[in-house]
Amino acid sequence: MNAVNRVVVTGLGAITPLGHTAPVYWEKLKQGASGLGPITAQGREELTQKIAGEVKDYDPLKYFADRELSTLDRFSQFALVAAREAITQSGLVFDRPLSLRTATIIGTGVGGQNTLDEAFRRLYLEKKQRLFPLSIPRMMANAPASQISMQHGLRGPAFVVVSACASATHAMGLAFHMVRSGAVDCAVTGGTEACVSFGTLRGWEAMRVMAPDMCRPFSKDRKGLILGEGAAVFVLEPLDRARARGAQIFGEIVGFGMTADAGDLTAPDIDGMSRAMTGALDDAGLKPQDIQYVNAHGTGTAANDETETRALHQVFGEHARKLAVSSTKSMIGHALGAAGALEMVATLMAIREDIAPPTIGYLGPDPACDLDYVPNTARPMKIDAAISNSFAFGGLNAVLAAKKFA
Amino acid sequence: MADVTNDVVAIIAKKKRVEKPTVELTDRLEDLGLESLDAVEMIFDLEEKFDIEIPYNANTNNPRTEFETVGDVVKSIQKLVDKKS
Repeated sequence: MNAVNRVVVTGLGAITPLGHTAPVYWEKLKQGASGLGPITAQGREELTQKIAGEVKDYDPLKYFADRELSTLDRFSQFALVAAREAITQSGLVFDRPLSLRTATIIGTGVGGQNTLDEAFRRLYLEKKQRLFPLSIPRMMANAPASQISMQHGLRGPAFVVVSACASATHAMGLAFHMVRSGAVDCAVTGGTEACVSFGTLRGWEAMRVMAPDMCRPFSKDRKGLILGEGAAVFVLEPLDRARARGAQIFGEIVGFGMTADAGDLTAPDIDGMSRAMTGALDDAGLKPQDIQYVNAHGTGTAANDETETRALHQVFGEHARKLAVSSTKSMIGHALGAAGALEMVATLMAIREDIAPPTIGYLGPDPACDLDYVPNTARPMKIDAAISNSFAFGGLNAVLAAKKFA
Repeated sequence: MADVTNDVVAIIAKKKRVEKPTVELTDRLEDLGLESLDAVEMIFDLEEKFDIEIPYNANTNNPRTEFETVGDVVKSIQKLVDKKS
């Protein structure tokens, strides 16, 4: 098996704090809209944290039959909604031969956190004796991959990748490599997270890293991250196959790099970040000067943004100052295991439309963050190639490189 | 009013990362080798012990500069505990 395919994106779907489809989401990103707002999740009155990026106006019954919902935690619902949009857009019909050679690889950070929260509330607070019978298959971390494969009859390799905030990027990178090598003929891949639950928010409160009001990546006076939620899913195919069937092509994935810091549990690491970016460029056969746009990890914490800036200097040298670097998290928050996928939508569309989405909430430069962060307003500019960064707690780093399809 | 000194010193002593038989009020937090996660864990222990809320954001607060010595931490916890009662 020596096939080396070019890998293109023929479908993309997203459900986000800025809208329930990929086109609406991208429009809002270009406008520099904020998807952050007051938390509506159960238990909010007791929380210190009041702001998050929730998927708004979401009625599960608009997307699912009542009967289906008993098996679906919110994170699986999001994955299914995004997958349906991506697959519909791709125009693919999964007949038996194709379905056997299609992978389903989804990233997520934890699993069905709402189901887990609900179960614990019932057991420990309400002192109920029994749990809802489908609690386990609802909360299992692999549920979204299983549900997508079941709903669309995808019978090839299917699994979930868990690496905290890098989960989706690891999942998509793996899917990219499998399509490129010819191990599969198609991949449905992305990330999903529904982490705005009482228990999860309490956990993040205890880490003392959340901003009380806004997420201002790379800005002076930034106060930390804001949690977000949602899902984004992509259909990846070999270029030859996509061309043969006359599919619409949204962009090309060209490189993937991943590294481990093997250092601190939570502190970011310049070396681990740099090696992941260099790895993605090398895998793509790109030079640093070939990149115009970086969709940063950009969490809005003091430590990440400074360290990521220094890593960008290290990888790109003089060229770093010419890069447009922006953080989608300023608009949708940090959707943890889904973040890389939501940000890949931004990256691909930025390349496709030659527009760098902004970093909103930017108040002015921090001396430690001295690059061009596309402050507050989107910028039309020529973008032929870009990278998307994801750096996880636990020191796990993943970076994807994408190119304009031509 | 209850004196918090012994409890606070014991909690800090548990988190120190240097070889030192005792922790004194004059010890500087920096010299005890406290790292950022140690600070977050220490704050949790202090909140649990005294049933207080300590406002702290790892992005904007620096425990090493805001609280130079163990005695500084004791004073600030004593204030929060006194305010509660």
